[in-house]
Order: sequence, then structure tokens, then C-alpha cells
Amino acid sequence: MTVEGPKMLEDKDRLFTNIHGQRDWSLDGARARGDWDGTAEILGLGRGAIVDEIKASGLRGRGGAGFPSGLKWSFMPKDRGNKPAYLVVNCDESEPGTCKDREILRNEPHKLVEGCLIAGFAMGATAAYCYLRGEYWFEYTRLQAAVEQAYAAGLLGKNAAGSGYDFDVFVHRGAGAYICGEETAMLESLEGKKGMPRSKPPFPAAMGLYGLPSTVTNCETVAVAPTIMRRGAKWFASFGRDKNQGTKLFAISGHVNRPCTVEESMGITMRELIETHAGGVRGGWDNLLAIIPGGVSVPMITKDMAEKALMDFDSLREMRSGLGTGAVIVMDKSTDLIKAIARISAFYKHESCGQCTPCREGTGWMMRIMNRMVEGRAEVDEIDMLEQVTRQVEGHTICALGDAAAWPIQGLIRHFRPVMEERIAAYKASRGASPTATQPMAIAAE
Amino acid sequence: MTKLTIDGIEVDVPAGFSVLQAAEAAGKEIPRFCFHDRLSVAANCRMCLVEVEKAPKPVASCAFPVGEGMVVKTDSPLARKARRGVMEFLLINHPLDCPICDQGGECDLQDQAMAYGRDHSRYTEDKRAQRDKDLGPLVRTVMTRCIQCTRCVRFATEIAGVPELGGVSRGENLEITTYVQKALSSELSGNLVDICPVGALTSKPYTFSARSWELKKTDSIDVMDAVGSAIRIDTRGPQVMRILPRLNEDVNEEWLADKSRHIVDGLTRRRLDKPWLRVNGKLQVATWEEAFLAVAARLKDVAGDRIGALAGDLADAESMLALKDLLASLGSKNVDARQGGAAFDTSRRDFYLFNSTIAGIEEADAVLLIGTNPRHEAPILNARIRKRWRQNRLPVGVIGQAIDLTYPSDIIGAGADTLTALLSGDHAFAEVLAGAAKPMIVVGEGALQGPNGAAVLAAAWALAEKVGGFVEGWHGFNVLHRAAARVGALDLGFVPTAGAKGWAEMVSGGVDVLWLLGADEFDASAIAPETFVIYQGHHGDRGAARADVILPGAAYTEKSGTYVNTEGRVQQIQPATFPVGDAKEDWRILRAFSAVIGKTLPYDSIAALRQRLVAVNPVFGTVDNFTRLATTDTAGPANLGQSVSDLPFGNTIADYYQTDPISRASPTMQACTETYVPVLQAAE
Repeated sequence: MTVEGPKMLEDKDRLFTNIHGQRDWSLDGARARGDWDGTAEILGLGRGAIVDEIKASGLRGRGGAGFPSGLKWSFMPKDRGNKPAYLVVNCDESEPGTCKDREILRNEPHKLVEGCLIAGFAMGATAAYCYLRGEYWFEYTRLQAAVEQAYAAGLLGKNAAGSGYDFDVFVHRGAGAYICGEETAMLESLEGKKGMPRSKPPFPAAMGLYGLPSTVTNCETVAVAPTIMRRGAKWFASFGRDKNQGTKLFAISGHVNRPCTVEESMGITMRELIETHAGGVRGGWDNLLAIIPGGVSVPMITKDMAEKALMDFDSLREMRSGLGTGAVIVMDKSTDLIKAIARISAFYKHESCGQCTPCREGTGWMMRIMNRMVEGRAEVDEIDMLEQVTRQVEGHTICALGDAAAWPIQGLIRHFRPVMEERIAAYKASRGASPTATQPMAIAAE
Repeated sequence: MTKLTIDGIEVDVPAGFSVLQAAEAAGKEIPRFCFHDRLSVAANCRMCLVEVEKAPKPVASCAFPVGEGMVVKTDSPLARKARRGVMEFLLINHPLDCPICDQGGECDLQDQAMAYGRDHSRYTEDKRAQRDKDLGPLVRTVMTRCIQCTRCVRFATEIAGVPELGGVSRGENLEITTYVQKALSSELSGNLVDICPVGALTSKPYTFSARSWELKKTDSIDVMDAVGSAIRIDTRGPQVMRILPRLNEDVNEEWLADKSRHIVDGLTRRRLDKPWLRVNGKLQVATWEEAFLAVAARLKDVAGDRIGALAGDLADAESMLALKDLLASLGSKNVDARQGGAAFDTSRRDFYLFNSTIAGIEEADAVLLIGTNPRHEAPILNARIRKRWRQNRLPVGVIGQAIDLTYPSDIIGAGADTLTALLSGDHAFAEVLAGAAKPMIVVGEGALQGPNGAAVLAAAWALAEKVGGFVEGWHGFNVLHRAAARVGALDLGFVPTAGAKGWAEMVSGGVDVLWLLGADEFDASAIAPETFVIYQGHHGDRGAARADVILPGAAYTEKSGTYVNTEGRVQQIQPATFPVGDAKEDWRILRAFSAVIGKTLPYDSIAALRQRLVAVNPVFGTVDNFTRLATTDTAGPANLGQSVSDLPFGNTIADYYQTDPISRASPTMQACTETYVPVLQAAE
């Protein structure tokens, strides 16, 4: 059984018209595609009007959490006196499988730069810091060039784009730590400290970068803002379903015939997305085993679920997974799912900042159990213990990395527990042991 | 105020409180490792998780602000499950070496594991191990035990002001370490051991020497500097095993300086445990009777004017008074407690006290340090100035040598002539002081030594007056003493009155018989060769080396006594052990000797002696009942006709770790000197 999603996006409704880099990325090319058109008039609407328009468009944060953007922007203090306030743009795209911001930075940098000005103005920020993943060197050169072009054309700096508003954009490269993509860790990193998340409250809107009001928002969220302002909230909200409106960049990778990054309407069916844009699953749809729908931090879903899944926040949440960054990782039947999740566990163990206990200790523990699960060198009881350990990490940490480390394992156990049990039985059989006999739990020497 | 409910108990707490503080107000204990009252909130151990109604997940109570109408459950199934989970995580990589861990028995992790942990471990993987770090001679590390709570990092950075500790690597490889394998250069490093909730940081000198439950604990007062920190002396049998701070918010909060904590091994070395007599130029063991008779014989027919007494830095008020009375009975007024001869004016108490008080530092908004390095002379007091600096970034001016105080300071001059410039308004810092509502002028003892000490004292007072240091509720003139005995001595008048001989005169042949009561802080070999020297004290140090008769006394851990700290706070020490060998409490020695020469002192008990103390100066009746002095009279101390010179003030303490007979006898302090002093000198 399949489901009906919204109709596919037509080319005329594509927001990122150069996402594949077939046209000129620079200022001239961007202008030809409509960027920087009437920016001053947009700013002329005033802060409140822009925020209202974004609210009306139904735009939700594209970084994974899906927080309503207009609402977030409205948290910034209305009157900040003569103190600065900052917009921090999260371009630290480090989640395995995710490569949507990369395409924006490469091919549509001016959408982002203009978005910085409009979003920054809407929240009363005096400057924007674009925090780029350290490995994005080429993307950094593009964005930096775009910023310089904008300055040269008077679109940034004093009286930005002739609006009467002074606004600066700075491009900052991180050093390649995944955790710096967490909003408060990003602020710490920008301040020159170790990228360790802060505990909230206080929230960045009250006390952010350098202790001043700040808003951290995803690169894609910022980049779509100018087009929403130009084409109207109604246009943007006409795509997708209620509360899941607009268009979104999806990155499809894994066992598909043509991995790609593509802009699509929110709520398109997962199957249509994969089959239309990525050339379908390798070996045909029936060769599909599981899909991680939103970057490695979200739990995987099975083929049956994938057939019913719509690519939006709520549909995937109902399936106890998530849209995340919209990075679809397709795994066909050749995949060793346990090994795949063990690899993800190793990633989180490596990227845990080490600040708070459950994540620091839990990620290593989970990885070690997962490594044994790959071989089957474990007891069936330990699957339950592993599940409990993930629950002990989830929700107990300062930031969401603990959750992100726990969820993939939970997804594996939820949907593929028999596979894990088989592996354990096979290991025991290979060792000549009875597959059902369990050894007593080892107790540490005390 | 904010009203909220904690486990059904309604509490009303100030709006800035955290949930954890509110829970404490409600009488609920919340386990914690990383949270410490005096440090910034890290919220990283996650042990204090509680359930807050309407919150989607458990919140870290140490970092979560209270809200009106909040409903908190500290012991709900959710909170309990969260705590048990965190406890399990803390233990999975923690070694099970409690039986060989010095923290055993006083370990937060042990206690909380008992209260909140599981009864067995589910962790069967390999445990993590970490390489130990060398933090110098005082702090031992067993880093595998570390739970990465970062209390030590925050203490070093915030309280001690030496940001040398930090974490490197990330995830489960996160390690606490010093920057490039360097010994921690703080005079407060011993406190790291106290704040470490596990056995990762333990006391190096105390390693494997005792268990906390076999120690007898005696509350006392520290005498290593003039701060008078509250301490607890832990003894096993006759031996002091360690010294720990006690809480006294007005003085040391809960910190203790390294010298005060770690001179323990000096108490058992180089001790004078028998009387000694110099016979034919060589010291020989004697009996008390022989020693007393030898002194009595030498005193016979010596004019009172030719007898003198010097009291040292560690002397208690009782023994100083007994000595003063003894000399008075012999017709002598030649008593002095000012080795080095600082020009204190004892005509009024606020001329020689730290009048703003240590706790009062937290009200100050500008400080001028004159010829003093509080970091070495009173590390605890210096930490208070740093605390104030962290609160309001107050400007600190220094007249003297360039020193690292652990907070920013400006060297505004080298010598006393800077005071003249400040007084005439020619110096920019005068405006800073005048602009302050509560300025502090701090004069070090070192600045008052030398030929124009009285002029410095008078000028400092005049400056305090000029910049508005004497206002309602504030006394901005402060003398920072270095010796625990000093203020007590000044209070009971252990200084030469008119016509009597002072330190310099007595030492240079002005007397025939010189009684040293633990006086070691001057060049005793320079005492005129014909002078007969009696040394009464507890360590074989400079004074004993020059002595003709040695009378073995008691160290501060072995006697009752009264000390007055630099603020004028009267406190009493308590004996934790007995004096070694034949040694006696000092006032008893003096009382016994007075009977030998037929001038029996009129007190037979310490209680009677203390009554006499109160009679001499009623202030001694205010034990543990301290009141700040108000400025009643702005007339300043006499300058004795001196004028200030432009000679630079010297560095008053060259080696913080060895300033008195006990610390000079301590191998631990010797090790500290070897480790730190070359470093400090190189830095200067």
C-alpha cells in the first residue's frame, strides 16, 4: 500500500534555482536569478512585518529540530539599546549523510548572504557570523567571495543594500568538530573556547554570543528567507501539509542509483522522492531494507514504513523517527544493519565533547556493545541492557548529542531485533555452544 | 521572591535561586558532584537531575532557575531513574580501587554510589585508564579515578586565579591536565584536594598515611600567617596527620593556604624535646632544673634595664603576657615583638589593624597595596581580593615591586614617595581612590620597617582620610600583618614603652640577657657575642642555634592559646596532641621559672592567665565575638618627625613556603621551595 503525498514541485516553484551549480554563482548570476532584488524594500517593511511574514509562511528550522522560524526570530529582544546582537548561521553541516548546506554554500551563496541581512534585520542583529564546517574549504572560499562581492556592491556594511541599516557578515571556519553544530557549542567555539554546549537556560536569545542576544539558525532556513519575502508567505505555505509547509532540500545517499541533493515540496512521499530524483533503490524498490530518513541521528525505518512515509516533520515523527536534516540514507538488503549502526555509534563516541556524564560514558559503552553485537559476541539479554543504556543517555544530557547517539540504536532494536538475536545465535553456534544457553552476567570484581 | 513546591513542600525563595538551592531550602538533599557553592555552575555531572512538572525531560537542578508555581519532584521514579543511570555511567570507568584510595571514607562518589547506585555493575567492557599528571609536590593525581566534574578547573581558574588546569581531548578521552606538564603555581592548590569529589586529586604528602575514620579531629586556628584561618587538626595517636580548613565565612570561607595545610611534617622534625645548656661553647642536653638554675644564676645581679625579651611570629598571647610579666618582675620593660622593627603605633587599635576586615573586602571598590604582596603574606586574604575583583573588577594599585597577584593590578610606584604624590593629588591613582565609595589602603608590615616606617604609616593614614576612607560604616585603613602573633603582642603591649629598649637595641648588645620566645625571624648570629641568650621555643632553628639555654616549648598544635588575627579577631587554638618529649606549654615554662627565682607569677591555670589578659586589654575577652571597628577619630598615627623617602619597598617575603621554624623544618615545604621559588624568581 502506498500513500499520496502533495504533488511534486514544478521548476517554476524552485527556490534554489542553481542548487546544482549549472549557472553562475557570483553576484551577477545571483542577481539575474532574482537575488538581491528589492532588498531595501523588504527591510523597509520593518522587523515585525518580516517576522510575521515568516511566521505566516510556516517555515520551520531546517537544521533538524523543526522549530518555527518566525517564532524563534521573535524571541530576540525588541529593544537592545545600543548593544550589539548577533545572528549566527549554522553552516557546520557535519551530520553524516547531510550535504544540503554544502550545495547552498557552493552554488547559491548569495541567497545565504542576503538571507543573513534580512533575517538579521528581522531579529535586530547587528552582524551575522556564518560558522562553516572546517572541512568546507572550497565552500568557504565561495561564501567569502560572495560576502566580499556584496560588500563591494554596497549590499553589506554601512547602509546595507541602501536600506539605511548597518549590517556585517563574517565567515568563520570551525575546526571540524561535529558538536560545534550544536547551537551553544557553536557560540563557545566562535568565542574561541572549546566547543562544549552550554546548559540552557539562559537561552541564546537572552545571552548568546559574547553574552549578548543571539540567534543560531540553520543555513538553509536563512537562505530561503529572501525568496519567501519576495514571493510571499502564501506561496511558500502552499507546498506541503499543514504545519509542514514549504520546500526543502533533500539529500539522498546510500544504495540508490543516482545520489543527489534536490529541492522538493515538503511532505512528498519518500518513495517518490527516491524513485524520481535518485533513480530508485539499487536493485529495485523491493531490494530495500531500511532507510534512515534524516541524517544518522534519527532512528531508521523499515521498508514497509518507508512506503507510507511522507517527507515532513510530523509524518516521520509519527513513525518514531524524524525528518532531521532531510538526509535520506537508503540501505538495501546487502546492508549489515548492525554494522551500520555500530559505525554510527563509533561516530558519536568520537564526537562526544566529554562534558557531561551520560554522553561521555554512555557513547563509549554503547559503541563497545554494538561492536560485540556486530560479531554476535553477546547475550540476548544484552540487547535489553543496550536498550536501557540508550534510555539512560537519552534526555539526560546537556545537549542533544546524547539523544542523537541513542536513537539510531533504539531504531535498530525496535525494528531489527530478530536480526541481532540471529547474529548472537550464529556466533554461539559457531563456537559450538547451544544457542539458547546463556551465561550468567559477569560481575565486576569487587 | 518565588514560590514553588518541592516534593509537596512549598518554599519561598529569592528569584535568582536554582532549583537545587530551593530544594536545600526545603530540606531536600540533592546529590551532586560538579556543583560547588563557590564555583561557577557547570551542570556537567548530571547527578542532580530532578523532575519538574511540564518539563519534557529531567532538568539539572543546579543550573535550572526557579519559576513561580513550579512543581519539583526530587525523588520521583523519573528522578530516581535518571540519578541511577548517571551513577552507573560515572562508575563504569571508575576503578574499583577504594581499598587503596586515600579518598576512601570521605569520598562523595562512594557515599552517593551507596545511596543512589545499583548494587552491581553491568559494564563488562574494558575500563578506561588515564596517565597521571604531575601537579607539583602537594597534589597527587590518580587520573583514572577522575569523573571530569571540572571542579578543579573552575577552582584554579576562578578562586586561585591561575588558569593552568583544563581539559584536553574529548568524549571519554577527556582528561584534566595542566598546561604542558607544569606544576600548579598556586598557594591555594591544597584546596583542589578538598573540592575533588573523588580520589583523583589527593594530598601528596598524606598519601597512604592514614584513614579518615581513625583520626581524632580537633578544631583550631592556623598560625602560619596573620589571617587566622579556621582549621581542623587531624591526629592519630601523638602525631598530627593532616590539617584541613574549617568553614569560617568571615575569614577563610572554606579555603586554606598551602603552607597552613602542609607544614604537618615540620611538626615532627627538628623539634626541641629537651632543655639544652651551652657548656664550653657546645650545647648539651640538660634537665629542666639544670636549665632553670643556669638561667637564674645568670640573671642574678643583672640590672633590670639589661634584661630584654623578644617574642616571635608564632607566640601565643598567654605566653607573651607571662614573659612580659616575668620581665616586669625583674624590673625590665625591654620587650619587643617586632622582629625587623616595623613602626606600629599602638596608641590606638585601628592604627595597626586590618580595619576593613577580610569579609569587608567584598564591599571595597578600590584597593591600594603599599609595600605588600598579599599573595605571599596572606594567600587567603588575597583570594578575597580576587573574589572582589571578579565581582566588580575593582582597580588595584600597588606601590612596591611588580608582583603577580592573580588579578590585574597597576604598579603605581616603587617607594614611599608615591604616597606623597598621591597625597598632593599629583598621581592619577589618587582620583581612582577618591572616586571609590569604599577605598581600601593596605599597608604591609614590610613597608613599615626601616628608618621612615612611621612616616609611611602616617602618610598611608592621611591618604586613607584624604580619599574618603573614613566614612559611616567603613574604615579604609588597613595594616596587613604577616605573623600570627603580631596583633596579639601589640594588643597586650609587648612593645617597648618610652625609655625601654627595642628590637634593634636589644640585638646589638643593649642587654646582657636576652629571652627569645620563639623569635627566629632575624639574624640571631648577629646578637652581640657577650649577650646571654635564652631560647624558648619548639624548633631547633636560628634562635636555638645562638642560644645559651634552650627551653623546649610547645608548637601551636600542642597547646591552648589566644591569637589575634590581622583584623583584630581574637581566636583560641586548641591542643590536638601533647608537646614532644620533655617540652611544656610555654606559659607553664615561664610560670615555673618565675617560682625558681622567687618572683612567682600570680596565675596557676590558663583560665587565671586569661583573666589577666582581659585585665591588660579587654579585647582579649572578645574571643570569637568580633566586631568591626568604626572610625571614631580621624586623627592619624604620629610620624615621629620622619619624612618619607624614595627608597623602593623590598619584596617582603622571598619564599612563601619557608617563613617560620615549622615550615623550615618541613620536607614538604622544602620541596615546594625547590619547585616553585626558582620559578617565581625567574618570573619576577
